[in-house]
Amino acid sequence: MTEPKPTEFIQTPSQTVGPFYGFALPYERGPELVPGRHPHAIRLHGTVTDGAGDPVPDAILELWQADETGAISREQGALDRDGFTFTGFGRAAVDQAGHFTFTTVKPGSVGGGAPYIVVTVFARGLIHHLFTRAYFPEDAEAHRRDAVLGAVPPARRATLVCVADGHPGGTPSYRFDVRLQGADETVFLDFDA
Amino acid sequence: MTMKDHTSQSEINDEMRAIEAEARARVDDGGAPELHPRRNYPPYRSSILRHPTHELVRVDPEEVELFSPAFGHTDVNVLESDLTIQHRGEPLGERMTVSGRVLDGEGRPVRRQLIEIWQANAGGRYVHKRDQHPAPLDPNFTGVGRVITGENGEYSFTTIKPGPYPWRNHLNAWRPAHIHFSLFGTAFTQRLITQMYFPGDPLFALDPIYQSITDPAARARLVGTYDHDLSVPEWSLGYNWDIVLTGPKATWMESEEAHD
Ligand SMILES: [Fe+3]
Repeated sequence: MTEPKPTEFIQTPSQTVGPFYGFALPYERGPELVPGRHPHAIRLHGTVTDGAGDPVPDAILELWQADETGAISREQGALDRDGFTFTGFGRAAVDQAGHFTFTTVKPGSVGGGAPYIVVTVFARGLIHHLFTRAYFPEDAEAHRRDAVLGAVPPARRATLVCVADGHPGGTPSYRFDVRLQGADETVFLDFDA
Repeated sequence: MTMKDHTSQSEINDEMRAIEAEARARVDDGGAPELHPRRNYPPYRSSILRHPTHELVRVDPEEVELFSPAFGHTDVNVLESDLTIQHRGEPLGERMTVSGRVLDGEGRPVRRQLIEIWQANAGGRYVHKRDQHPAPLDPNFTGVGRVITGENGEYSFTTIKPGPYPWRNHLNAWRPAHIHFSLFGTAFTQRLITQMYFPGDPLFALDPIYQSITDPAARARLVGTYDHDLSVPEWSLGYNWDIVLTGPKATWMESEEAHD
């Protein structure tokens, strides 16, 4: 039995990030969870589009993930970019074409599950942020056992899996497009926390 | 950028009142009041094509989601909580402090987590290249601040009161004065971006972003309280604003273990 939650601590409502975060939220090398020269660096990129299929030029995304071994960083200084410490957090504003690019490493499995990166989307017009997950296409076997993918209607699961799209400059690249609305709308998650 | 919309304020008001009446009827029928804004809130025109039409998929958070970035004092300089000392001179406007605590859903302090704020200057102008409002920039004010919460979840910013500003949602649309807040909890699921407003603003009833929260009690949680005891004689006016994040579920699971 859990005790009833005290009613006086009720959540503060969300509001949109608005259009004018550009001078406040992006920070130096925020999109680089690892430097591009890291031997295991990957590119995670994509385009945010709206219900008309048009790019959203004023979205900002955050990544949060485990490291290559599946460990979650507890190192203080999550915004620091010292070139060595992996803090697992990154932030990237999209460009005028709605496109974002992160440099990171592929996370290891946490507790035996399928590797994934938590992706959070904020935008003007989006009054409450959206959570999703980016899984990797080469882990199809592990995806069959994944509880979150299992909770998603099969026809929509592909929206949570990146597409491998080459090795520009020798770096493996994964595309993860975010469709806020429409026929191939990305699956967004409610963690009921 | 945003297309100019010629809908009148009174048409927007009618749309907003209709949605609120429908939400109130649901509560009267025994439904829970909506704690958060609706992602689909047509009076806020930009939400129309930017909200998911599918229900969010409810899942249990896993370990990654139950942790959050570890922020520390290397991330933030202590001077960043004072937005009035970032330039050579004093910014124009009413100097004020905003102080409060960040708590979780059980009232426990959210310690050592990052708060970022950004805001317009006293004339309602942002230091953002796409802000077209013809109010003057203030060479002594950028409008960006950051702080790490203390051991009791406490925070305090020194700044100036932002001005209201026009936007293009409809004809004669003005945002009530507000400060944007970005917060992290101890679990990533507690992530929150919101806006703090000021008591008694005449623009509240007219603003589709504020009104996208259909429950009046929930809306009121975004309004800071003027606290005369926080005002400093001949220096600044004091506002108090406490912020409550969700969960965290991680801690509920811990406390539930004892009962299993
Ligand atoms: Fe604003």
